[in-house]
Amino acid sequence: MGVDLKPSAKTCTSVKPLMNGSRMLVEALKREGVEVIFGYPGGAVLTIYDALYDGGIPHILARHEQGCIHAAEGYARVTGKPGVVIATSGPGATNLVTGIADAMLDSLPLVVFTGQVATQVIGSDAFQEASIIGITMPITKHNYQVRDVSELPRIIREAFHIATTGRPGPVLVDIPKDVSNAMGWFEDQEEVHLPGYQPTVIPHRMQIRKVLDAIRTAKKPVLLAGAGVLHARAQDLLREFAERAQLPVVNTLLGLGGFPASHPLFLGMGGMHGSYAANKALYEADLLINIGARFDDRLTGSLEHFAKSATVAHIDIDPAEIGKNVPTDIPVVGDAGEALKMLLEERPEPGDVAEWLAELGEAKRQRPFWYHDSDRELKPQRLIQMIHEFTGGGAIVVTDVGQHQMWAAQFYPLEEPHRWVTSGGLGTMGFGLPAAIGAQLGRPDALVVAVLGDGGFQMTMQELALLKEYNLPVKVIIVNNQALGMVRQWQELFYQGRYAHSIIPNLPDLVKLAEAYQIPGYRAKTPSEASEVLRRALAEPGPVLVDCWVTPGENVYPMVPPGKGLHEMVGVTP
Amino acid sequence: MNRILSVVVNNRSGVLNRITGLFLRRGFNIQSLTVGTSETEGQSRMTIVLDVDDERTAEQVIKQLHKQIDVLKVSDITDQPIVARELVLIRVNSPLQTRSELTALIEPFRASIIDVSRDTVTIQAVGSPEKVDALIFLLHPYGIKELARTGLTAFVRGTDVAAEAPRPYRNRVLSI
Ligand SMILES: Cc1ncc(C[n+]2csc(CCOP(=O)(O)OP(=O)(O)O)c2C)c(N)n1
Repeated sequence: MGVDLKPSAKTCTSVKPLMNGSRMLVEALKREGVEVIFGYPGGAVLTIYDALYDGGIPHILARHEQGCIHAAEGYARVTGKPGVVIATSGPGATNLVTGIADAMLDSLPLVVFTGQVATQVIGSDAFQEASIIGITMPITKHNYQVRDVSELPRIIREAFHIATTGRPGPVLVDIPKDVSNAMGWFEDQEEVHLPGYQPTVIPHRMQIRKVLDAIRTAKKPVLLAGAGVLHARAQDLLREFAERAQLPVVNTLLGLGGFPASHPLFLGMGGMHGSYAANKALYEADLLINIGARFDDRLTGSLEHFAKSATVAHIDIDPAEIGKNVPTDIPVVGDAGEALKMLLEERPEPGDVAEWLAELGEAKRQRPFWYHDSDRELKPQRLIQMIHEFTGGGAIVVTDVGQHQMWAAQFYPLEEPHRWVTSGGLGTMGFGLPAAIGAQLGRPDALVVAVLGDGGFQMTMQELALLKEYNLPVKVIIVNNQALGMVRQWQELFYQGRYAHSIIPNLPDLVKLAEAYQIPGYRAKTPSEASEVLRRALAEPGPVLVDCWVTPGENVYPMVPPGKGLHEMVGVTP
Repeated sequence: MNRILSVVVNNRSGVLNRITGLFLRRGFNIQSLTVGTSETEGQSRMTIVLDVDDERTAEQVIKQLHKQIDVLKVSDITDQPIVARELVLIRVNSPLQTRSELTALIEPFRASIIDVSRDTVTIQAVGSPEKVDALIFLLHPYGIKELARTGLTAFVRGTDVAAEAPRPYRNRVLSI
């Protein structure tokens, strides 16, 4: 920084206040505009909690640190703002690990603060010491251990900057106990100086033109849109671009909501349990434009068969994703929104695609998602459709991981962005309930529906306590198939029906469990019961749990079997 | 195939761990890695010799390195005119009868004897990895008791020199 002789308003008025590290943390969080902290106290963060005691930032006490971190993820997903977490050293910090890894794979902005033993005893296996820096190095975008209180304001500013810019991700800041206790001058941080971190936001115009040239000559183009579009808040640009260039659109699991499901150009979700039309388009395309997706293996199926005859263009803010899994002909590094803007500026013109669009439209009409309905048994797919109907398609849908997640993706079509909260990359069971809590806190006025499996629900069900405590009107719907359904499905299909430890018949009574947590609980075993109970639950002003007993042996179809190509889907038709 | 990367990093605690951890996590193989201070205070220079199957992996390694916040610069210098050196210490059996023979043997390598005991001598040599390989090969028959190689450290030659270097030399590691 150069010497500025003109006294700016800032240098004149700001007297650096003296305070301890914990107050600095709270002060810095306020300046970052943090609205809510998800945390759990303990020895190494006592001073930090003491600073929080004076208020200023609401704190949500989850019942397990895993609850804190998934709640922060849910919050970040629906608001686009960073989720902030505080946990103590050792076990507090290690309990966060799953959620940090989840946020890393799903590119969610989190800033996680962990307490640490005092600097003098680091390395001595002190009480509640764990090397959270070492543990989280591969699952964070970056992490810091603060060695001196004077570094704290700078590190916090950098942590928020790194978490929220470029490709978002989790950043962890480990604060030894003596540092949070130490007195220092709080220095306001305006600029960050990170020469090693300069994400490319504006794409190269030449590359953008190449994409448009490819579109003009393509006969079978397809646009694959991932969560990058949502991070960039670029859904309107995406739609305009798809319409002007006449591109059929496939969403990834995490990209759902980035393109209106009812749009004639929409083909649905691609991948392992994606729609026939989406996978047909990805497989047969002569031009594949990926915007903001990372070619996850659940999307591509066997790479050997993926997009074999296609020219591949890949637009991504993270250059390391381009060419990582799929060889790319037209790499475009940049923010999805900026790329779409430039694509539109450069006047997209469609190729000769009428035939292709007609063919895909036909595939979509003839091969929709299907199931055998019943009047006696409650089919899980029917259940999701009912939820869709009764919420007018306008809820924020949060899921756990397993079959119910796939059914929710298939049977709850989304018209709007930021209403779909799910664990994609890591596939973390136990994510759903805490993530729904975080989503509701981020969007207090929205209707939040948590669609959970009975297995995953039991991994973090202690967080039910928060619904009553903070009066969060989340509608918790358990798709109860008395099994680890997705595991059971794979055992049925690929292990000759040897159901090793995937059937859990003796669940707790979930209605009583809800009541124990002082929220109403309902149960439904048939479609008519479900219809009645769901209406009642959705009319309830506060939180409610609905235990839905669905047909136990139901499978998710269609399916690309593991190791197969997208053209080798099974269960496409009844 | 081998690629030589020259990487400038912030000299912060844990940075070596970040780099090696990245290689472990992504399953990239390191042939050698050297690190030490650079010309700029607060920055270290690493020379990483990678063993990769193809160009795409090499590219992926470079991109992943770039993603590290503490990595300031990554250059693949394999195909550039570079100076590349490695140091080796070799303790080799050397009863008095063979000692003069040994001294003559290592002479062309500009290696030197830096320690002597009753039955062994310790030889130090500096040079390209090929030169070091050759020296080790020649010393093998005498019985190598202990060996330590530093791994390669390298950077791009000064531009004026590079411009003067005859073309065939530009595309490989110079071994003078
Ligand atoms: C933490 C964790 N452990 C194990 C798994 C493997 N797994 C994937 S789906 C699944 C079954 C989930 O069962 P449930 O929550 O009842 O949902 P369902 O599939 O029945 O809808 C399991 C065990 C996982 N994804 N996450």
